[in-house]
Amino acid sequence: MPEMNRERLEVRRVKDKRALSYQKRQVLLCAGTGCIAGGALKLYDYIKEECTCRGLDVFVGLTQEGEAEDAAEAKGDGVYLKKSGCHGFCEMGPLVQIEPEGILYTHVQLEDCDEIIERTILKGEVVERLLYELDGVKYTTHSDIPFYHRQHRVVLANCGTIDAEDIDEYLAKDGYTAFEKALFEMTDEAICKEILDSGLRGRGGGGFPAGRKWDSVRKQPKGKKYVVCNGDEGDPGAFMDRSIMEGNPHSIIEGMLIAALAAGSDEGYIYVRAEYPLAVARLKTAIAKAEELNLLGDRILGTDFSFHLHVNRGAGAFVCGEGSALTASIEGNRGMPRVKPPRTVEHGLWAQPTVLNNVETLSAVPLIIRNGSAWFKSIGTESSPGTKAFALTGNVVNTGLIEVPMGATLRQIIFDIGGGIKDGKKFKAVQIGGPSGGCLTEEHLDMPLDFDSLKKLGAMIGSGGLVVMDEDTCMVEVARFFMNFTQNESCGKCVPCREGTRRMLEILTRIVNNEGSLEDLDLLEELSATISETALCGLGQSACKPVQSTLKYFRDEYLAHVVDKHCPHCNGRKKVLQIDPELCKGCGKCMRQCPMEAITGQIRMPHVIDTEKCIKCGACWGCCPFGAIREE
Amino acid sequence: MAKGIMYINGERVPFDGEPNVLAVIRKAGIEMPTFCYYSDLSVYGACRMCVVEDERGKIETSCSMQPRDGLKIRTNTARLLKHRRMILELMLASHNCSCTTCQKSGSCHLQDLAVQFGINTVRFGDNRECGEFDDTSPAIVRDPTKCILCGDCVRVCSENIGMNIIDFAHRGYNMQVTPAFGRKMSETKCVSCGQCSAVCPTGAITVYNQIGPAWRAIHDPSKRVVVQIAPAVRVAVGEAFGLAPGRNALDQLVSALKLMGVDEVYDTTFGADFTTIEEGTEFLQRLEKGGPFPMFTSCCPAWVKYLEQENPKYLKHISTCKSPMQMFASILKDRYAKKDQEDGRTTFHIAIMPCTAKKMEAARPEFRQPDGTPAVDLVLTTKEIIKMVQESGIHLTELEYESPDLPFGLGSGAGTIYGTTGGVAEAVVRFCLPDKSKNVLRELKYSPLRGNKAIRVAVIRVGDRDVHLAIVHGLANAQKLLREIEAGNAYFDLVEVMTCQGGCVGGAGQPHGVKQDKQDRGEGLYALDRSAPFKRAERNPVVAAFLKDYSEEHRHELLHVEYSSGPDMN
Repeated sequence: MPEMNRERLEVRRVKDKRALSYQKRQVLLCAGTGCIAGGALKLYDYIKEECTCRGLDVFVGLTQEGEAEDAAEAKGDGVYLKKSGCHGFCEMGPLVQIEPEGILYTHVQLEDCDEIIERTILKGEVVERLLYELDGVKYTTHSDIPFYHRQHRVVLANCGTIDAEDIDEYLAKDGYTAFEKALFEMTDEAICKEILDSGLRGRGGGGFPAGRKWDSVRKQPKGKKYVVCNGDEGDPGAFMDRSIMEGNPHSIIEGMLIAALAAGSDEGYIYVRAEYPLAVARLKTAIAKAEELNLLGDRILGTDFSFHLHVNRGAGAFVCGEGSALTASIEGNRGMPRVKPPRTVEHGLWAQPTVLNNVETLSAVPLIIRNGSAWFKSIGTESSPGTKAFALTGNVVNTGLIEVPMGATLRQIIFDIGGGIKDGKKFKAVQIGGPSGGCLTEEHLDMPLDFDSLKKLGAMIGSGGLVVMDEDTCMVEVARFFMNFTQNESCGKCVPCREGTRRMLEILTRIVNNEGSLEDLDLLEELSATISETALCGLGQSACKPVQSTLKYFRDEYLAHVVDKHCPHCNGRKKVLQIDPELCKGCGKCMRQCPMEAITGQIRMPHVIDTEKCIKCGACWGCCPFGAIREE
Repeated sequence: MAKGIMYINGERVPFDGEPNVLAVIRKAGIEMPTFCYYSDLSVYGACRMCVVEDERGKIETSCSMQPRDGLKIRTNTARLLKHRRMILELMLASHNCSCTTCQKSGSCHLQDLAVQFGINTVRFGDNRECGEFDDTSPAIVRDPTKCILCGDCVRVCSENIGMNIIDFAHRGYNMQVTPAFGRKMSETKCVSCGQCSAVCPTGAITVYNQIGPAWRAIHDPSKRVVVQIAPAVRVAVGEAFGLAPGRNALDQLVSALKLMGVDEVYDTTFGADFTTIEEGTEFLQRLEKGGPFPMFTSCCPAWVKYLEQENPKYLKHISTCKSPMQMFASILKDRYAKKDQEDGRTTFHIAIMPCTAKKMEAARPEFRQPDGTPAVDLVLTTKEIIKMVQESGIHLTELEYESPDLPFGLGSGAGTIYGTTGGVAEAVVRFCLPDKSKNVLRELKYSPLRGNKAIRVAVIRVGDRDVHLAIVHGLANAQKLLREIEAGNAYFDLVEVMTCQGGCVGGAGQPHGVKQDKQDRGEGLYALDRSAPFKRAERNPVVAAFLKDYSEEHRHELLHVEYSSGPDMN
């Protein structure tokens, strides 16, 4: 292959665009983690085989190496089968989208495939029973569904529409044009200025202006500098970054390339949670493809710019999402935050100046460079421009991945996009920002969500987890749940976090069990103040936010536990799960399902649940074929 | 370095080159409580006790704050005091508070601060699962129930000693300081330097206590208890009795030991003079024979252990001389064998050392007598002897001066400076130089042999060739020097290595001290050298007479040792 340069890349892009335009019949199978768990890959294999058997030409990938110019045109009538990134509507998975009609089938099972091939792929008819239905209305196409059409997909735009493993599809969607623009037409200073002007703020939690960060690194003395992408998404229930890494990995690579140009770096790392094997695989594939096209490596596109990119798998600690702990972890050290200053921009990875941005931030960068900062500023609010992806979970009708402009209200998100509360119940609160955020209540439903408004309320966007809770939720239990999480994830370095969160959890557990006292509430407040004001890192400083905000908005629920010793929400709720020895046949199914390894027992003998280990998730209850699990 | 004026509690405080705000606050005379801040180590920022509040009410730790001109901070607002009390309470809640019976009681930093802050109740219960009590090391004892996880030991072991024997394991509330894989100390490559115990603010790591056996020996009428006192001990032992670091308290310690019932008290400088002569002779021989170079000093047992375990290829470079303590013991036991037979008592030899590794050295098989008993029966650290003196109710500073006994109580000035970094090298150089005039001593005084830089290099002309010397203290620095030598970036004929910073005066057996204290002790030793009647080992009449008596074979047997590569741990 001749050495890649700008012209040759453009030729390839044009070819890819033409090839894409010839594709009529596309079958997009969501290959996000959620749908794969639902069996999407089996569907993929089945459809591929079945279509081939029926004499259809099935193509995977946009163009083949060395293919003639007009080959794509000739293939135009075939079926293009694609493993796309996450569509976001995980609740309804596995999802199959069929183009050009844009038909979206939900909950597709293996036995539905024949009908899809027979009727939709071959004849273009719609299989009514597989369509999404809401309030008696069936929605044929993807864009009609309220869940989608009320969103504003910018960063996630290509997730779900392109084949995540094919660099040509990304190129065909103007991929890497922003990088080319930055490489050939802009100075490092101009790139920083453009990002600064766009007002792009870090999507990882703090909301620090990305342009300012880049500029600080740029101004550091010349020498080795690093660009690090933080893909250590650890919030329970958050999966925005995972979806981008899985669905559009090249956008991250492009963003990092631009950051490297701006900062003067020649090496980068993507730090991915170890629990995201698919993201790691897709990123590695993407890097290999980009290296093939000389978009990564030495002398990129014939210029003097070089950039080498590595994928680093995390060690499974929430705290490694914190900048200095993350760099320590890449270096092979214990993932513990260090005191600042010096900041990461001066003294980051291997003590070198480092640009550290989150996945979502970096994947917004190519869009800003391509469309200009003015375009980006036109979305969202004055102080927080752009869009934000949220992972919507909890007691809401439509759970999944959404993207809305900054400044959207909770009401829009929960009721318009999320379809309201499940089972017609009343909305009670929403936990925003995971264990580092706070809860918002009914009074905040119409408040625009952005970095600053949430900060004022003691919550934060964090990485963007939104857990919706209905009227039956006990808020003390919610606080306890999140405290249990942070307590488990504390690295143990500083005293307030290590010791304090443990004590908070003890007190909260006591209160939930109706064994607390009024003094415990004071103690909680006292501990919260010390931990939030003196802890070393962001994890510790924000660890008490769930407790502080629930104490503020739902104090009566705490009082119900400590004074009345009776919580109307918790009451009658499963307290302890036990196995009825009469009914248990000793099949061992529950033992295998239990995530905490709390169930023990010999085969064909009654099993026992260790109540100490049990987290009352109910997995055993759901799987027991004999109904032997009882709540007491 | 930054210079300027900042405001602490409204007071103007100038700063000039202080590394952080904490240092400026302390300079201003305000005692800021800390657990994890140790000026010789990197800033860790984990205890959060040194928090200060700025004008905008933002709370930050002063150890990690850079001083800047015009900075306004407060150190004792209501909020800060409340937070500090809460942090202390949290620490105490998971600390084994059996204070009265703790080794560290009285010198425990956690105890001090709990008293200072008036923490009278702890509202949380202890339910931490800790690692096991570990007394398998010959030098230190670990009690994880008392660990507050400040990480001082971890950092000193890594940054100053370069051994990384202990580190954090597990996370959050389950975090522990432990050797890798939960091993016992005896299963690690620990060199027994004991610096972890020296920096530990609580009783989690303490020096292996042998006061009991010492008392038993003293009170045993069938034993002749003979004590040798190392040079570094005399300039630190008085600190526990109100003397400034560096003040010589040897003669009063001799009196105290006699009062306590010790039979004979001698001075290790006597052994050091043998070491100087033997090592100097060996060095001159190597110069003649052409190597192997560099020749490493062998006085520091932790250094010897390090080479054995990690760099056995250098074992042939290390001087074959025993350490002064062991030379002393060999000569003593050799002389007293007959005496023991005559009066039916056995000689029980106690060495009072600034060092925990000496406990390990004394137990080495190489230093066993032909009958299987160790040449040094017991090593007591300065800290232990202080406790024994206190236990006896003796006011050390009020005692009469009494010189060490003869003949083994006589040492040269060169023997005295063995206790500080550069001392061994200087003593050997004094021996090797043919010019025995005062001018030489003065020249050496201002040479790089003295000083506090971690690695010091000197070139001294001996006969017709330039001799390249390196002095290094802190085992991590020695490792750095080895790498330089290995890479061919440096060449030396003689290298003096001391594992502890400042040399033996900074040993882990000494009372708690910071860098300045260690320097003051070193200065104290140089002062003793200045007032010594003779400055050179070979001028010691007793040593000269002894050496004349020994046959070449006997001399070698008594004073030299062959170290073999230690057992491979992995």
